[in-house]
Amino acid sequence: MAKMNMLQAINNALDTAMAANERVLCFGEDVGIFGGVFRATSNLQQKYGKSRCFNTPLVEQGIIGFANGLAAQGSVPVAEIQFADYIFPAFDQIVNETAKFRYRSGNLFDVGGLTIRAPYGGGIAGGLYHSQSPEAYFAHTPGLKVVVPRNPHQAKGLLLAAIHDPDPVLFFEPKRLYRASVGEVPEEAYQLPLGEAEVLKEGTDVTVLGWGAQMEVIEHAVEMAEKDGISCEVIDLRSILPWDVDTVAESVLKTGRLVITHEAPLTGGFAGEIAATVQERCFLYLESPIARVAGMDTPFPLVLEQEHFPNLLKVYEAIYDSVEF
Amino acid sequence: MTTTRSKTVHSPIFTDGAEFRIPTFKLLKQDGSLYKGGKAPAIGKEKALRIYHAMVTTRILDERMLAAQRQGRLSFYMQCTGEEAAVIGSAAALDDSDMIMAQYREQGALAYRGFTIDEFMNQLFGNDKDYGKGRQMPVHYGSKKLHHMTISSPLATQIPQATGYAYGQKLAGEGHCTLVYFGEGAASEGDFHAALNMAAVHRVPVIFFCRNNGYAISTPASEQFAADGVAPRAYGYKMDVIRVDGNDVLAVYQATEKARQLAVEENRPVLIEAMTYRLAAHSSSDDPSGYRSKDEEAIWREKDPILRTQHWLKSHDWWTDSEEKELQERLRREVLETMKQAQKRPPPALETLITDVYKEVPPALNAQFEKLKAHIRRHPDAYPKSANDPAITGKPANIQKGEA
Repeated sequence: MAKMNMLQAINNALDTAMAANERVLCFGEDVGIFGGVFRATSNLQQKYGKSRCFNTPLVEQGIIGFANGLAAQGSVPVAEIQFADYIFPAFDQIVNETAKFRYRSGNLFDVGGLTIRAPYGGGIAGGLYHSQSPEAYFAHTPGLKVVVPRNPHQAKGLLLAAIHDPDPVLFFEPKRLYRASVGEVPEEAYQLPLGEAEVLKEGTDVTVLGWGAQMEVIEHAVEMAEKDGISCEVIDLRSILPWDVDTVAESVLKTGRLVITHEAPLTGGFAGEIAATVQERCFLYLESPIARVAGMDTPFPLVLEQEHFPNLLKVYEAIYDSVEF
Repeated sequence: MTTTRSKTVHSPIFTDGAEFRIPTFKLLKQDGSLYKGGKAPAIGKEKALRIYHAMVTTRILDERMLAAQRQGRLSFYMQCTGEEAAVIGSAAALDDSDMIMAQYREQGALAYRGFTIDEFMNQLFGNDKDYGKGRQMPVHYGSKKLHHMTISSPLATQIPQATGYAYGQKLAGEGHCTLVYFGEGAASEGDFHAALNMAAVHRVPVIFFCRNNGYAISTPASEQFAADGVAPRAYGYKMDVIRVDGNDVLAVYQATEKARQLAVEENRPVLIEAMTYRLAAHSSSDDPSGYRSKDEEAIWREKDPILRTQHWLKSHDWWTDSEEKELQERLRREVLETMKQAQKRPPPALETLITDVYKEVPPALNAQFEKLKAHIRRHPDAYPKSANDPAITGKPANIQKGEA
């Protein structure tokens, strides 16, 4: 075990994957000698050479188109999109190509080796275009897997699982936690399961569900709620697509209440999907309406970030209101 | 750090690139003789006949299948008519293991590689033997064993994929390249520019083959770009480029053969612009009479690439009228008989609705499938294609498998 922040854990995962398989390649804007604007790919070019870790021209649709072709050829590309906010020029390549490659060819060809990494989320004074959480757009696309880690240990295990997974994976990294989140991380290779949520804390009164950087917000909100005598069950969804319906539904059958929180705007956010599924599965067991604590239906602001954000006070209030309903 | 190597001037001089006029490479005249000074590539009789068979197969398949579409037997079709030399001449200059990524009008390349009439038909009718499992519209072929990527409808997406695929081939070091086809309309997409730039920067063994056939559906090339075609763009990426007469099978072959050498031996990507003409409509849903004249079409009919190739074969005494007649009759018969069989085959299994979305079917999707099956069992008459499916009846399926 070693103490690592999330960037170090991600860098370590990439290093581990590249050492184990020479077909693993890392590329994107500024990913080469500089190691990426956040330094997630530090030293990889120095270690594995320019042919396996390199800068690309500044063209997201090209990066993902190139990555799709490489993956179809049998390579294992890990493509970086510098900010999730800038993934949209590649939307066509991801939604129409990556996601449908295996299906449309009848399994003759696939891009299962592909992993797309992108830092997402707010809280770093990034304004409209360095703060977005676009997971719901991709959750609407069968054929993709969408994964969000909450801490360094999770980041390494989930990223290695994403790289090894036989399906293409979008790996959204909570950039607010890149350096803020520090923890013990095994130095050897290990994988954490995709498509499985994790119950972080058992409780009886209310289930509180989130993913990525929101798990830290939930942790503090739950501490407040517990001081009021509310017993919270905390779940990290980890995989947005496919998502672990059983673990969430089982928890809500027990607690009868559910609070879901994400940074992305409320309308059309993934919490809506979860709420719809959970009410189907748990209708007769629900003791209060399923609550969603999300970003407001506005672009991500700059100065009034806290007002917009589903922060710990808003999550705490939702927990309280759910139990007091 | 800028990398410009230009010299400095002290008055504002603009340039419009007019000095870069790109000539058109031609070898074969319409009568089958060579232009003076032109030297035919080394194509022996066997290869010449393989090329010609693929051309005639493509033409007859296109004629018959468009007719079948008009009769209502097929939902949709797209013809390669007029562009057979561009497509087959280039495919023939590759190694058969090089990857081909096509747009959707290059069935000639597949015919050249040996895709059988049966394989074409199964895809067109989306039956249980279609490699694509009846999921895509007609003409979206693919073949792993023939190194031909499955076609997708979005335009130009295959171009940066070709760059990536070829980068992988370069790392593998087995001496292969990728050739990617696209039209002059698709070359307006951002993916085209991304692909060429990345290929040049990373020195990727890829051949970008533009079929400049004059039209993107109804939009003429003159409304697609102001420049002299697509070819001059290569200069902007520092890429080797050649423009060829796309109806001249020998020029296309030789240009592609040289391009392949540059790609594979020197890791230099190449852009080829083949000047040709889409003699057919864009698709079975299109009617060109609304946007171009019969006179214009007639001019290009005179330049028919198959006739030109036939004349060349005859000049070598490699082909006779009776062989032509026999080939055409045999192909027409084969197309008709195969079509009848393909049309009669059952649809893909109901299970193909949910397979291949992911390598393994996720639990939530399985649950949706169980729900669907129960629904079909309650309303079998509303689902004639799947009411007798093994997943509904519980009886075992009669599965046919071959190498795709």
